[in-house]
Amino acid sequence: MTEILRPPEAAVAVIEDGMTVVVPPDYSGVAMEATRALIRRGVRNLHLVTLPASSLQADLLIGAGALASIETSAVSLGEMGAGPRFAAAVAAGTIALKDATCPALHAAVQAAEKGVPFMPLRGVIGSDLLKVRPDWKVIENPFAADDPILLVPAIRPDVALFHAPFADRHGNVWIGRRRELVTMAHASVRTIATVEEIRDGNLLEDEILAGATIPAFYVEAVAVAKHGTWPLKFGDRFAEDTAHLREYMRLAATEEGFRQYLDLHVLRRRAA
Amino acid sequence: MSADGIKPEEVLIGVVLRLLEGTRHVAIGANSPMPAAAAFLAQRLGGGRPHVSLQQSPKHNLFTDGGRELFDAAGQGRIDVFFLSGAQIDGHGNINLVAIGDYARPKVRFPGSFGSAYLYFVVPRVILFRTEHSRRTLVPQVDFVSAPGVSPPNVYRRGGPVALVTPLCHFAFDKSRARFRLESVHPGHTVEEVLDVTGFEFDRPAAVPVTPLPSLEALYLLRETVAQELSALYPHFAERVFGLAPRAAE
Repeated sequence: MTEILRPPEAAVAVIEDGMTVVVPPDYSGVAMEATRALIRRGVRNLHLVTLPASSLQADLLIGAGALASIETSAVSLGEMGAGPRFAAAVAAGTIALKDATCPALHAAVQAAEKGVPFMPLRGVIGSDLLKVRPDWKVIENPFAADDPILLVPAIRPDVALFHAPFADRHGNVWIGRRRELVTMAHASVRTIATVEEIRDGNLLEDEILAGATIPAFYVEAVAVAKHGTWPLKFGDRFAEDTAHLREYMRLAATEEGFRQYLDLHVLRRRAA
Repeated sequence: MSADGIKPEEVLIGVVLRLLEGTRHVAIGANSPMPAAAAFLAQRLGGGRPHVSLQQSPKHNLFTDGGRELFDAAGQGRIDVFFLSGAQIDGHGNINLVAIGDYARPKVRFPGSFGSAYLYFVVPRVILFRTEHSRRTLVPQVDFVSAPGVSPPNVYRRGGPVALVTPLCHFAFDKSRARFRLESVHPGHTVEEVLDVTGFEFDRPAAVPVTPLPSLEALYLLRETVAQELSALYPHFAERVFGLAPRAAE
């Protein structure tokens, strides 16, 4: 049996070229250290699903040429604007894009969680999203008259990748209230978590912790990555590194600047 | 700052504050500092109500069931007010958060639709908030409909736009006509100016009122307490408007 606990490089070895990977938004815990390890390894042709939006993580992966496609409801660095490499790739037509809306992504991943092929969702009818998402269908509610409703197909990712506060040596991962991470783990074939620390004992034996814990049977690999979300925030533990993100926005405005950023902050290991 | 010492942002926050009267739960999306300011202010003035939830802040996130709970709660009818914006907003209340130009090869690509295509339908009162009032943002017809302003009668729709607030004025939305009506023009601006920079047609009364200023009590609370709260969530905004140095997120 392979050890669950591994270094970040070994943990992301689970992610192979061409796989579908689901990742959370900034408020949840983005595995940036693991993402840099993936880019250093030269991963290619990933299908990224953001649950439901992403910022630097998606933008870096796009700029580094690691993605074949992205399904997302937004790639945005908040007040600073759209992800520059995302916007450039979409404008140039160099990435396959599935534009979505947040609750459609939640519903699609929940469908996989339940093992059903699709999920109904209110709203969306009349949005141009329907024109660009031929895989989304509008049907008549079979239980009522004259009530059209949207169906979105299930999304079953190969891998869920995120950062969490802590795990135990068995591979149980504590996620607190960030329950989109639970949904991601349930829906995905395997889960990789980076964590701030490893705690002794078994999290499932503590009733208070157990309810906010992803059980090890969903989890393929856990890696310790201190401040593993840098330069993004991590809950109330770490604020975002605003100066760094501003520098990213400045550099990533051009392809040449992005290469410079990649060389400086990703391809060379981040100094401890 | 205007002659009476009130900043334009404070006038806008005052408009939103009035639109929040009588609400139980206001949810704020990412990147909405002025709506957040108005919501916190309403909460202070209302003795703890409405509930104000912000997904991205552990302190202000009222949800414990993950990112989907906001949408589930909205679907259940528990969220009264939400704020949306658009790179483009048109005269029928359609909003575009996706792209300018051809969708497949856009001239400009924006972040994406976020939750708009759903929340615009299920939240009873959606307030549109746009900080740039110009002919390129307020257009006759959006290039891409992230979410439509109105729907045919057979499409399930509990809510939709009620107002559009900009740095120049406050429009109310008339659902039955799918048109905006000029409600008031902010101090220091004129109806002619609004007509000049608005790309869509809208209705207006013979005499358009001047937007009322926020009360002294509201202004005091905004500057003395809400500004600090905002600083942790929207450091760039709080620095620019209230002159507060950025501090660590809460």
